[in-house]
Amino acid sequence: MFQPQWEAMSREKLEAVQVERLNAVLTRVYERVPFYTRAFDEHGVRPQVASLDDVGQLPFTVKDDLRSNYPYGMFAAPRRDIVRVHASSGTTGQITVVGYTQTDIDNWADLMARTLASAGATADDVVQVAYGYGLFTGGLGVHYGAERLGAITIPISGGNTKRQVQVLQDFGTTVLACTPSYSLLLAETAEEMGVDLSSLPLRAGVFGAEPWSENMRAQIEQKLSVTAIDIYGLSEVLGPGVASECSEQHGLHVNEDHFLIEIVDPETLQPVEDGEYGEVVFTTLTKEGIPVIRYRTRDISRIIPGECPCGRVFRRMERVSGRSDDMLIIRGVNVFPSQIEQVLTGIEGVAPHYQVILGRKGSMDTVDVHVEVAADTEFDEIRELEELQRRVRSEIQSALAVSIGVRLVEPRSIERSEGKARRVVDQRGDA
Amino acid sequence: MIEQLSVFLENQPGRLAQACRTLGNAGINMRALMVADTEQFGVVRVICDRPNTAKTVLEAAGFGVSVTGVYAVETPDRPGGLADVLEALGTAGLNVEYAYCFLEPGENAAVNVLKIDEGDARDVLEAAGYRVLRPEDLYEPDDPS
Ligand SMILES: [Zn+2]
Repeated sequence: MFQPQWEAMSREKLEAVQVERLNAVLTRVYERVPFYTRAFDEHGVRPQVASLDDVGQLPFTVKDDLRSNYPYGMFAAPRRDIVRVHASSGTTGQITVVGYTQTDIDNWADLMARTLASAGATADDVVQVAYGYGLFTGGLGVHYGAERLGAITIPISGGNTKRQVQVLQDFGTTVLACTPSYSLLLAETAEEMGVDLSSLPLRAGVFGAEPWSENMRAQIEQKLSVTAIDIYGLSEVLGPGVASECSEQHGLHVNEDHFLIEIVDPETLQPVEDGEYGEVVFTTLTKEGIPVIRYRTRDISRIIPGECPCGRVFRRMERVSGRSDDMLIIRGVNVFPSQIEQVLTGIEGVAPHYQVILGRKGSMDTVDVHVEVAADTEFDEIRELEELQRRVRSEIQSALAVSIGVRLVEPRSIERSEGKARRVVDQRGDA
Repeated sequence: MIEQLSVFLENQPGRLAQACRTLGNAGINMRALMVADTEQFGVVRVICDRPNTAKTVLEAAGFGVSVTGVYAVETPDRPGGLADVLEALGTAGLNVEYAYCFLEPGENAAVNVLKIDEGDARDVLEAAGYRVLRPEDLYEPDDPS
């Protein structure tokens, strides 16, 4: 642990720190950011909480609020105190700008040092930072963390994959930081170049900035001979360093001394029970440049109940499993199609291609999930196919908490499309 | 061993016809066909000429296909013919996964197709006096190329 005084503090102490920091940040934004002054006044709430139970009264912030206050309207520090900006482009193309004070940059370095340390890195390591440097937070975020940790930091940035392999080999890189998909490209390139990655000192990777699956993790760990650690962050909240897996590889510890996490129902915006899926909402507790109050990430995840054997007090969020925009409501239960995909990638014998058919029988919604059988299946084994069908059904049901039907369909029979796959066919209106 | 195609079919009208038409269009002749059905899907077992070519052709048309090794045994066409075969296998401790049979027109013999997973069924069958058919006895094998 890089900062055990924080990462392994008691829950009571942590919550006291959260309340104190939250009140400071609420005062800060209420006094300095016109958007929040208006938002609190309109909601008729004072920018103060007595306990964490009061957080539910506070107004939300969404991506559009950052867009409409572009570029500097959400900053809560005087321009002269801002030392860096990063930006992210949304899917709509309009970028949003985030600003950092020197304190923010310092905290960020600590948080990224924690992240690297939770992947097992120390000052003795050589960290190859293959995230892009620039307006994107990935490259510089990891860079400062690796330096803070005292590791040798290689600011190679993204791209030029052959050179990456060369450096990996010559510089004795032990920790690789990049997107999970890029790590696989790197592995392929190494193979083409005749470089055996398993013979190199490389032993860990911190991967994030895009969704990936357990299947992909297994592939990466095998092809690169590394322990692959999932990291999470978004520029509106900080950048990388918001949450990270530990060596248990079971959920990402949220740095709760800097960020308040809530999971809410995307429809009602009410908090859900620990363990249930919903939209992840963050409140920054220490940010000065651009604090956000109850920022709706649109990412779907859940809190993994219970304590982690690693000794960190921070609660764990599960690997992000989709976007709230894709949510379906079935018999009153929120369902995210991406959860189905996640289940399917873990089952041998089926392809991760599926279609959800929503229908209605009387007043009841029916859900049928069509799942493609893998093309290399032994089709002669009827019992095994039936067993496969039962397994898919029970695993999807336990993931979604909704009873469904499963139909195995022929390989490659579900329509592939260039852009967004048509995952859901809603026939409930047709009846 | 005989190469048998196992084709996965959704329970959908016309799908079996499409599979047969695909083979027909490729000039592949079928010797035997057996449909095994469940509530949700079916598996069609086919013995035909050039089974590996047939697999490629069907896959290109979008079907899920695998090639399975089965035994084909000739028995006289009389009551109890198949029972005798099964008893011989049972005595040897061999378990039959499934069986079906068809008649060769003009010959006084039935062909029994048997799926047996373990052991060497060939020895047992031949020791019991049965003729175990070779691929070329039943269909035109794939080109060796
Ligand atoms: Zn842990």
